[in-house]
Amino acid sequence: MIRDVALGQYIPGNGIVHRTDPRVKILLLIAFIVFIFCSFSFVSLGIVTAAVAVIILLSDVSLKLYLKSLKVIIVIVLITSLLNLFYGTGDPIFKWGFISVTMAGVYRAIFVSVRIILLILISSCLTFTTSPTDLTDAIERLMKPLKVFHIKVHEIAMMMTIALRFVPTLLEETDKIMSAQKARGADMESGGIIKKIKAMTPVLIPLFVSAFRRAYELAMAMECRCYHGGQGRTRMKTLHMKGSDCVGIIYAAVVLAGIVLGNIFFTAVI
Amino acid sequence: MSIIETKNLSFTYGVGTPFEKTAVDDLSVSVNEGEVIGLIGHTGSGKSTFVQMLNGLIKPTSGEVLLDGINIWDKPKEIRKIRFRVGMVFQYPEYQLFEETVRKDIAFGAINKGLSGDELEATVRKSARFTGLSEDLLEKSPFDLSGGEKRRAAIAGVIAMDPDVLVLDEPTAGLDPMGRDLLLSQIIQYHQERKNTVFFVSHSMEDIARVADRVMVMNRAKLVMFDTPRNVFARVDELHEIGLRVPQITRIMTGLREKGHRFSEGILTVEQAFDEIVDRLKREGKI
Ligand SMILES: Nc1ncnc2c1ncn2[C@@H]1O[C@H](COP(=O)(O)OP(=O)(O)O)[C@@H](O)[C@H]1O
Ligand SMILES: [Mg+2]
Repeated sequence: MIRDVALGQYIPGNGIVHRTDPRVKILLLIAFIVFIFCSFSFVSLGIVTAAVAVIILLSDVSLKLYLKSLKVIIVIVLITSLLNLFYGTGDPIFKWGFISVTMAGVYRAIFVSVRIILLILISSCLTFTTSPTDLTDAIERLMKPLKVFHIKVHEIAMMMTIALRFVPTLLEETDKIMSAQKARGADMESGGIIKKIKAMTPVLIPLFVSAFRRAYELAMAMECRCYHGGQGRTRMKTLHMKGSDCVGIIYAAVVLAGIVLGNIFFTAVI
Repeated sequence: MSIIETKNLSFTYGVGTPFEKTAVDDLSVSVNEGEVIGLIGHTGSGKSTFVQMLNGLIKPTSGEVLLDGINIWDKPKEIRKIRFRVGMVFQYPEYQLFEETVRKDIAFGAINKGLSGDELEATVRKSARFTGLSEDLLEKSPFDLSGGEKRRAAIAGVIAMDPDVLVLDEPTAGLDPMGRDLLLSQIIQYHQERKNTVFFVSHSMEDIARVADRVMVMNRAKLVMFDTPRNVFARVDELHEIGLRVPQITRIMTGLREKGHRFSEGILTVEQAFDEIVDRLKREGKI
């Protein structure tokens, strides 16, 4: 079924990662992305990998789900690491026809695949442990300074919230409409690509109709509650920094120190 | 001869995820040809999941569904054929309409089944008549119909496939009392003419009491009762425990009996109650 796709979904839980302030989590994610790309020696790479592993183990989300999110990109990892393997410079350690593999190529391949895997894991960790509303809330707060440039931060965040909110609803609806049309004998599995696209009309039309209906109803409901954008709005749930957030920041600082030292005292291989 | 039989049927949503949920648990029933089966239970008790297994829209996690004694999943490639024999009307079916005209939309299932020409035309007209859609609506866009008319058009679209087993998942949900009564009597009338087997899912005891020959009661994924409406509604306390109430009129008549009026047991509809009371008053010479 369509709904089985692990599409950056939120997994409710109560671990330390779940409880960390979403703003801190977003900043930490950015920091870790920088760390991952700034690890040039094996020691540094080892330190980031260990740091990511610790976060994942603390995250109160089953490892199966992380593996599931990796499954999607395994092909990309394989292709990029193969390409890097063959395009290294230096003395070949292995030669077969026009294919030659160098030590530099091997290192590149390892670094590239580890980096991609770490990126996916750490960003999955954010979406698994942060509810979409918290996420957009935090993004709105972090983007607040952009108001100086007359960017409608609140409106953008609101649109993101609404869009995220309706992804599962629309998936569910697609599922239902597909079942209903299959029950009327619609054939969606067999035939060539043209036939398959044609077979989607009975699904797409009701889906669009209902998406517009929902949008209309939501707009109506918001107007009835006198919604008028971000001006002078207060919040029901305000975000507060807590002790665990400081722990997160200190953790990132320690990892950063480790990477810098690792880069300085060990040979950079990439 | 039973037309539909299920053996130890179970279904679990999201196997292997944190959201794992068994919606139907070890359910075995046998339904005879021409019966009207009422299926009742709390929201979330697994009714919709159960009926979706009857026409192969979802595949049981374990157990089997037999149609005329043959497991419908014996030939997975031919599961579409099953869907023409077991017609399924979903909850809020009006959201599945998509064609330019009501006529075309009603014809969709029948065309998929292979009908064409005069035969198709006759089928569409007949199904529209059964569901009480007037001729002039057939050329309109389905999106211009009223809520009740959309519901009828969607039901007509399934009836047009002329299924041997008709499954209706809460067909009266969200209709006004008049529309509900009308739709119910049309379903009953259709059943009497076509002599087909009907599964009628509802959480309205009144509706079930009116149409069903036998009632399945589901609670938390399990089948807890399967009997005639009279016998089922006699088990007031058990029903109450799982959050279901017997029809209002049955409760009133039971109350009157407890007050010493000698009415007979197991009165399920207002009509029966009316006859009973008139009968009583006549016998006592009061009217
Ligand atoms: N597509 C689905 N994915 C996951 N869980 C579902 C899905 N559909 C229904 N459920 C769950 O299965 C249970 C039974 O649902 P359903 O068969 O729709 O009950 P009913 O029709 O009696 O209200 C409910 O707890 C519901 O939350
Ligand atoms: Mg249901």
